[in-house]
Amino acid sequence: MATIEHEKTAETQKYKVIGTRPIRHDGVDKVTGRALYGADKRLTGMLAGAMLRSPHAHANIKSLDTSLAEKLPGVHAVVTSADLPDCTDKVANLGEGSVNLKHLSNNVLAGEKVLYRGHAIAAVAADDIHIAQEAVKLIKIEYEVLPPVLHVLDAMQENAPLLHDDLKTDELGEIADQPSNVAKHFRFEQGDLEAGFAAADVVVEHEFKTATVHQGYIEPHNATALWNADGHITVWMSTQGTFTARQQTAELLHVPVSHVKVVPMEIGGGFGGKISVYLPPVAAVLSKKSGRPVQLVMSRTDVFEATGPTPGSVIRIKLGVDKEGNITAGEAWLAYEAGAYPGSPVGAGAMCVFSCYDIPNAKVDGFDVVVNKPRTNAYRAPGATNAAFAMETVVDEICEKLQLDPVEFRLKNAAVEGTRRVDGPVYPRIGMVETIEAIRDCEHFQTPLEGKHRGRGMATGFWFNIGLKSTAQATVNPDGTVGLVEGSTDIGGTRASIAMQLAETLGIAAEDVVPTVVDTDSIGYTDVTGGSRVTFATGWAAYLAAIDIQDQMVERAAKIWDCDATKVHYEDGAIHGPDGNKLTFKEMAAKAQTTGEPIIGRGSADPQQPGGAFGTHLVDVEVDVDTGKVTVLRYTAAQDVGTAIHPAYVEGQIQGGAVQGIGWGLNEEYYYDDEGTMRNSTYLDYRMPTTYDLPMIDTILVEVPNPGHPYGVRGVGEVPIVPPPAALANAIYQATGIRMRELPMSPPKLLHEILGKAKTNGA
Amino acid sequence: MHDFEYEAPSTVAEAIGILEKHNGSARLLAGGTDLIDQIRMGRFTPEVVIDVKKIAELMQMEVTADGVQLGAAVPCYQIYGSEQICREYSALADATKIIGGAQIQSRASVGGNLCNSGPAADSTPALIALGTTAVIAGPAGTREVPVEEFCTGPGQNVLQRGELLTALKIPAQPAASGSHYLRFIPRNEMDIAAVGAGAQVVLDSSGENFVSARISLGAVGPTPLFAQEAGDLLAGRPVSDEVIEEAMEAARKIASPIDDMRGTIEFRLHVTGVLTRRALETSIARARQNLGK
Amino acid sequence: MAKKRVVTTTINGTQIEFLCQPRQTLLEVLRDTLNMTGTKEGCSNGNCGACTVLMDGRPVDSCLVLAVESEGAELETIEGVAPAEGLDPIQTAFLEQAALQCGICTPGFIVAAKGLLQSNPSPTEEEVRFYLAGNLCRCTGYDKIIRAVLDAAQAREEVTV
Repeated sequence: MATIEHEKTAETQKYKVIGTRPIRHDGVDKVTGRALYGADKRLTGMLAGAMLRSPHAHANIKSLDTSLAEKLPGVHAVVTSADLPDCTDKVANLGEGSVNLKHLSNNVLAGEKVLYRGHAIAAVAADDIHIAQEAVKLIKIEYEVLPPVLHVLDAMQENAPLLHDDLKTDELGEIADQPSNVAKHFRFEQGDLEAGFAAADVVVEHEFKTATVHQGYIEPHNATALWNADGHITVWMSTQGTFTARQQTAELLHVPVSHVKVVPMEIGGGFGGKISVYLPPVAAVLSKKSGRPVQLVMSRTDVFEATGPTPGSVIRIKLGVDKEGNITAGEAWLAYEAGAYPGSPVGAGAMCVFSCYDIPNAKVDGFDVVVNKPRTNAYRAPGATNAAFAMETVVDEICEKLQLDPVEFRLKNAAVEGTRRVDGPVYPRIGMVETIEAIRDCEHFQTPLEGKHRGRGMATGFWFNIGLKSTAQATVNPDGTVGLVEGSTDIGGTRASIAMQLAETLGIAAEDVVPTVVDTDSIGYTDVTGGSRVTFATGWAAYLAAIDIQDQMVERAAKIWDCDATKVHYEDGAIHGPDGNKLTFKEMAAKAQTTGEPIIGRGSADPQQPGGAFGTHLVDVEVDVDTGKVTVLRYTAAQDVGTAIHPAYVEGQIQGGAVQGIGWGLNEEYYYDDEGTMRNSTYLDYRMPTTYDLPMIDTILVEVPNPGHPYGVRGVGEVPIVPPPAALANAIYQATGIRMRELPMSPPKLLHEILGKAKTNGA
Repeated sequence: MHDFEYEAPSTVAEAIGILEKHNGSARLLAGGTDLIDQIRMGRFTPEVVIDVKKIAELMQMEVTADGVQLGAAVPCYQIYGSEQICREYSALADATKIIGGAQIQSRASVGGNLCNSGPAADSTPALIALGTTAVIAGPAGTREVPVEEFCTGPGQNVLQRGELLTALKIPAQPAASGSHYLRFIPRNEMDIAAVGAGAQVVLDSSGENFVSARISLGAVGPTPLFAQEAGDLLAGRPVSDEVIEEAMEAARKIASPIDDMRGTIEFRLHVTGVLTRRALETSIARARQNLGK
Repeated sequence: MAKKRVVTTTINGTQIEFLCQPRQTLLEVLRDTLNMTGTKEGCSNGNCGACTVLMDGRPVDSCLVLAVESEGAELETIEGVAPAEGLDPIQTAFLEQAALQCGICTPGFIVAAKGLLQSNPSPTEEEVRFYLAGNLCRCTGYDKIIRAVLDAAQAREEVTV
């Protein structure tokens, strides 16, 4: 363990640990292959599971016969939805979002109807995976195939085939009479829209489409479960939230939460996609029936066809601006695909669509629509990227029409402290302006882009971030180190960023903290690793645990020095008392064992002001006008990160998010045939960027500390995915004169526009 | 995965014997980069998998004055690892360098690529451009088939029951020649060709006129295509944009692509021309370099 | 079921015998039979590189190798990359450059990088990017991975000099 030498930022000069770059505590395990991920769990007598999944996008299950599968030698259990208890229409809160339990149960194992290709129907546990897979093939099933609905606009048609005959639209708060695929229509309004557009000198209005895309984490979903004879269930799994996984598993199986223990294994990526459960209840029931531990691991195709994705969408934006460049009015219409069950992130999309600007008169309509695709899940700033793609390309077009500088236009209209967002909240201190200025002043922006068919684009983005609940517990060891126990699964280096806040508070080295992520029986309630909240909220809990240790050490020192505790204080890694008495943290740690009860710090937090994050990105592209292929030449992302606790991992979040956004912008999409089969459910044809598709991603960490956190932390993980598709679209326009309004901006689509334009110009 | 037996014969005769015995329900394993996935996905359910990598002649690559004798199971990395292949049979080196990533290239073979008979195979158009012949061994002895006649449909080829591809014979390339294979993929690596194009040109001593040309296409028909007319029309003509334009048009004429997740018909037809031009331009540049021009 | 085979192979310098069915991949045998779970499964069709091991010095996707094919081969897995004490310079560089977030792709990247540096000890950025394109990472955007491999190349050179 060592800390990598690196210049600290201005904001973190005042700190000893915060702003440095220690090697992450779990690093050696992860570079040597010793770290254990979900599928690495091995238990004595463990069986392998396989699942039967629907080959149809929409069908009634007429009959299901598992008897042959059960008879195959080596098979120990077969389960179907009949083995799950009936769940009512109850909504369970998952921390980041919520879920209807009946829908969740049907998603885990389909009942009478399958709603998308890949929908799980039955599962088998056997001696090995090959036998389990053979048994799955022996399950006899008859389908009545129904016409699928694959696109949000088709699903909204009055005569569209219905996915749920009991789903009735929540139309601005009123429940409609007739069933529909539209689960919800809601609206945000402020100001006087008509007057706003009347005051505009230029109005631009367009429709945008975005494709369904997947989070793409490299580790497939997994769960290993043991349903013990005493009625207690243990689940070992890769999850973004052990406690939400526990809650969902308990609710779906109708057992008390105290009977479910979720043990977090290392998690191989999630980005929002590993919050809701798919496998644990199934593995648990297989275990109950077989009396053995059972492991289920999805294939890559299962992951694409049955988990994730983030919604395809149609978005219409109308924006009015006066001659001076002030936005006078904005209107947005967003329809998002929820997948098979209601619950798309259209709400967040609707809140984010105008969130970067001060728009006095605005109206936003949002529609949550079911289609025959997998139930959508959170994906890094869920809903915001779709909306930003639409809004930021309209902004670019307005700037062009009014011949305004895109930087100046954004600065003029930027949301600042006190701006009211269309859905109501008024911003506290935020860093939107600072990120735009950072881009304006950076070397990339200042260097002119030269060359044929090249273009430069910029875009901004916003994400709320969330707070929620976290617990941390810290034990002082006699050698002067601290054991830190926490409930936030570490998806990208948060052991380090949390331990660093504890270390800073105690005035000790990051390396002297030993962080461990533990199961649901071993720590207090902790919400999901999501919403960019872990460094913020679990960091806060660690800070509180450290303060608790400080207080106890002060008490103890007062006892040792036989003085009043009010005369003792903790500062700079030491306890100071009257008469020049002083004990360093290490000295006190050594004394603690012989002078009283063990010193254990406790921190539980539910912070309310996560501090929204803004990012502004700048990209240079070159377009091959003969093929429509876009090459990213240079990329810079500036982001308000509050305080960068571990700058290397903050940069990493921004780089990773930006590249996911680049993939979304240029090539990623669920490609369906008319029957509703995803034709590209492999990494070969679902084209996530590779090393060879990208330049280095430059980052600018803008630090506008969050007043709502002791160390000024803001969430940093999500917002970097928001600006890239729009920034790319704006760059492509500069390079080719073509406005792309549909994602992905893949070569066939861009070439189509290039050829069309050439034809028009030629004619 | 489907259950199968595994055999690893050490001679061609032995392999033919096993193939005959299993009468159509055996699959040959070279690099396995297609086959193992196809068995896992249930596309093939063979009784036996015959690993041909223990057969010495299938693993040998000989480059002589007469050309290249390329064992059917020689992995890609060994092919582009030969400086002589890179210099004189550039199209083949180009193709083998871009099949999959480093991991795939450690195992995947050009013979396997041909026998898998995918329309988008990268190495097949390169072989066609270089005028390659497939050497097939079977119960009735050996026979030779020009590579452009080897594939008969998606996943289908001329191999009869009991037959296997043993080698590819690439003729020595004339001194005044150059060749190139390239493909279009949306990413820069790890993709299946949306369109592929190979070319081989022979120039006269001035480097200004075509003596002959061979053009091949991938992913724009049910099999990799030999665009013979497109190449033939260049013979004896001066190297010029206009003439190359004619070849592009002729290449487009034989393309019959489909709409799928890798590209639209419109896109593939247009790009067929673009890649034909680019394949020719690079081949011409290489030929001129070989001429010292 | 097809008869099981005895396979003799060398893994990380140690000769090992194992029993496997012909249909079992090398990845499956490493993870399930030999309990070497450092090699990860990301896609099982050769498109992500998480299961990369070195086979006779060359990187391969172990999901696309039948275990029986490893008869007589020299295999190196992530478990064999570090020396008895300490770490390989590639591993150190990954830690120092913060080149991992979730870490699931890391073993595959490190093994592939070792394959690269064995055949090309001082690659350019372009060469690193080309060689590692068969390894997908979804967390990092690759920036820090590329820097780590370039750093490791330099560190290895300094050791050899």
